[in-house]
Amino acid sequence: MGKKSKVIEREEVVIRFSGDSGDGMQLTGTLFSDTAALFGNDISTFPDYPAEIRAPQGTVGGVSGFQVHLGRSEVNTPGDFADVLVAMNPAAIKANARWTKPGGTIIFDKDNFTEKNIEKAGYIKDPVTEEKLDSFNVIDAPISSMVREALKDKGLDPKTVLRTKNMFALGMVYWLFNKKLSYTEQYCDKKFGKRPELAEANKIALRAGYYYAETIEALVPIRISPAHIAKGNYRNINGNTAAAWGLIAAAEKAGLELFIGSYPITPATGILEELSARKDLGVKSFQAEDEIAGICTALGASFAGKLAVTSTSGPGLALKSEAIGLGVMAELPIVIIDVQRAGPSTGLPTKTEQSDLMQALYGRNGECPVVVIAPGTPADCFKFAFEAAKIAVEHMTPVLLLSDSYLANGTEPWKIPAMKDLPAIHPPYADINETPFLPYKRDWETLSRKWAIPGTRGLEHRIGGLEKTITGTVSYIPENHELMVKQRAGKVERIAEEIAPLAVIGPETGDLLLIGWGGAYGYLVTAVRELQAEGYNVSLANFNHINPLPKNVAEVFSSFKRILVCELNMGQFAGYLRMKHQGFRYDQLNKIQGLPFTIQEIKDKCINILEEN
Amino acid sequence: MAETTLDHLSPKDFKSDQEVRWCPGCGDHAVLSAVQKALSELGIPKEKFAFISGIGCSSRFPYYMDTYGFHGIHGRASAIATGVKTANPELSVWQITGDGDALAIGGNHFIHVVRRNVDINIILFNNEIYGLTKGQYSPTSEKGIVTKTSPFGTVEEPFSVGELVIGAKGKFFARTIDSNVALSTRIYSEAARHKGTSVIEVLQNCVIFNEGIHDTVAGREVRDDRTVTLKHGEPMIFGKENDKGLILDGLKLRVVKLGESGYNEKNILVHDAFESNPGIQYMLANMRYPEYPVALGIIRSVPGQTYENAVEEQISEIRKTAKIKCTDDLLNSGSTWKVD
Repeated sequence: MGKKSKVIEREEVVIRFSGDSGDGMQLTGTLFSDTAALFGNDISTFPDYPAEIRAPQGTVGGVSGFQVHLGRSEVNTPGDFADVLVAMNPAAIKANARWTKPGGTIIFDKDNFTEKNIEKAGYIKDPVTEEKLDSFNVIDAPISSMVREALKDKGLDPKTVLRTKNMFALGMVYWLFNKKLSYTEQYCDKKFGKRPELAEANKIALRAGYYYAETIEALVPIRISPAHIAKGNYRNINGNTAAAWGLIAAAEKAGLELFIGSYPITPATGILEELSARKDLGVKSFQAEDEIAGICTALGASFAGKLAVTSTSGPGLALKSEAIGLGVMAELPIVIIDVQRAGPSTGLPTKTEQSDLMQALYGRNGECPVVVIAPGTPADCFKFAFEAAKIAVEHMTPVLLLSDSYLANGTEPWKIPAMKDLPAIHPPYADINETPFLPYKRDWETLSRKWAIPGTRGLEHRIGGLEKTITGTVSYIPENHELMVKQRAGKVERIAEEIAPLAVIGPETGDLLLIGWGGAYGYLVTAVRELQAEGYNVSLANFNHINPLPKNVAEVFSSFKRILVCELNMGQFAGYLRMKHQGFRYDQLNKIQGLPFTIQEIKDKCINILEEN
Repeated sequence: MAETTLDHLSPKDFKSDQEVRWCPGCGDHAVLSAVQKALSELGIPKEKFAFISGIGCSSRFPYYMDTYGFHGIHGRASAIATGVKTANPELSVWQITGDGDALAIGGNHFIHVVRRNVDINIILFNNEIYGLTKGQYSPTSEKGIVTKTSPFGTVEEPFSVGELVIGAKGKFFARTIDSNVALSTRIYSEAARHKGTSVIEVLQNCVIFNEGIHDTVAGREVRDDRTVTLKHGEPMIFGKENDKGLILDGLKLRVVKLGESGYNEKNILVHDAFESNPGIQYMLANMRYPEYPVALGIIRSVPGQTYENAVEEQISEIRKTAKIKCTDDLLNSGSTWKVD
């Protein structure tokens, strides 16, 4: 392709594609990030789309965005602020200008800046002056007229022509970041295989954008060298797909059929969709009439001897509470995935938060402990969904996996594991010679019971939600109830013997330990590494195991002068730690805006605390 | 798993070691006996049965059956049973429920299991009252009934089980009386053989909180004249003297007396349980005394594909040509790249 006069080398860059929800920005962003990943950059992406499927065109509420962060070293977040903003209409500027770095580049479609669209976006006349964009590198490209011109002889209707605008913009960004077009061209051929004229039109628009950027010389191309990444096969993956695949892997390892009973809910639906598509691997998916039926069918499948799963988000978890209690009482394996969103009630369904922690731990009647595990990154969802299934099956207990909207929709490159390297899973089947079967007879090391599968001769038994003795007989004996409550709790507590110890990133002793859990990891680790590079004595411990907690928590905490718990809620984990590990003082950093932390706000808080010392 | 051989089972093989705790005189005892008798005659090994229940007096049923059993939570038995049957279609799955459990708190699951035609057998104990909570009205209580929560009489219309089942695209509906063990046993056997959701409404007597609620039609003295036991292919004749029958008069059913006004057996409607159009069956299911006799027996029994079989067929069809055959294939599918 065209010659490059001068290229700037950069460590990392953040790009945000934004436009109307019908402008194809999610696809544009995905194509760009795939291209960057194939080149060898480390990446992290996050889509930001409106809850409405087609919000009124041209309005700020209808703006759909996709952010990509790419770098030559480890990238852990989609980035706080964009270096480059692609804005397909005035509303996209309105929605995103505040998330663009001062001095950054803004590419917009000048043809779309009509009086009407400017007004719809809430500007009076000129977004550039009203938004005070003088300090930005503003590129007002006539994208609509350029694609009309490029495709004028193709015999396509005007609507189809304008649909290629996103490809033109993408071509410009490829030139800016010194990327090849081949991956996107192949995608067009595949996507429009049956309609070659559309494949051709999109490829023409893509190249037109690329050459336009080169011609106007308004941009200096930027190169980001490939990251130093461990050898192996890689793919991009988001948290929902990773979680679904982790369960599939666990089912194969355990020799069990996988059953998901679930009800669609944002942002967890992707898990049900992916597992519904996996009939090729024999997954039985059941789209239930409601959240309760989702988990109840899963409990039925678990009773029948399958690896059973239900997926949901906060409001659905609330509906499933009673049935989770049944799973605890019947001591059946089940994985419950809660992809958290901002609440309460319907809240902000497309936005992220970590505010279901207390619900996950305690949101049930009675003494009702479940294992709670929280993955830290999108790809982590594979590992921890696998682990959740392993623990559920081997210990005959419900396990709650706490993902969040940010992990579910975010993507990162993932080194593809080989099944042979994953740990074995051993379902604790009852011995067919040991009759009569005693459903609540326990292994005295783990306190877990055996699994007798309906259809097995001689192991007929009854379980259920009423308190029972070891034989499965309903019992109101006071001492028996207390014993059973303690045994169920003990069973969950003893899982601490098997989980990984809490790891510290950075020195194991120092001035300040940042504490996070689950999906806050990316932001916290980025902030901590920057602080460390700036000479601060700061470390990070991000929890993946919430219940039971790792055994070395007190040991880790006692090596630091101050402890700061950062979470996207009002302080639920901090409160939990105060209860479980009382001897420490916990400072808090909390945010409840439906948004992840920015690196800067974490760093500011840390520096504040360090300066107090 | 152990190999299964067909035994010669007797009803007592299905009795568990648990003491039956229903009130003396409760209609549930007779249902239990009839089910144990029916199951022993099906030729299905004992370990293939799973009894699933919700909450209520009747939902204690699984504890008294020496089969696999799961006593669930209020209203959710249909969903649990759906999960069991979908997971393992080889099991004979029975749901035990009541008018409150199935039609109030579990109404949603009930209509959906019927709609999906999951091959389970639902025995719905209808005593038109909440017994376990000691006497409040239920969704099948007659309008105006005085109970602890309706001291001045209810002001709401009741559900009719058959109407709801047919409305939910149900393919099998039968009705029996708890005390009629012979009829009940026959119906349970037929329900077990029917492929698809079978709903059996049992007019069940709660001796404590709704004693005699069904006596008007089910009482020994009157039942021959106030019920009609339907048999496929046979005319709908009833009465102590077999002297009454049902005819279609315009768009409605009508009771006529044989030998009067020129009516004889030839004029009487012949029951067709296998007819897929539910029009007549719907009217039969909704007959109320005193205008009509209450219909007993198998009112509707229409074949259709079961949910769990459709699921299995779809999976095996897709697997025939699938490129992804194991998890490793899946993980490496689509866009991947290699770092050397």
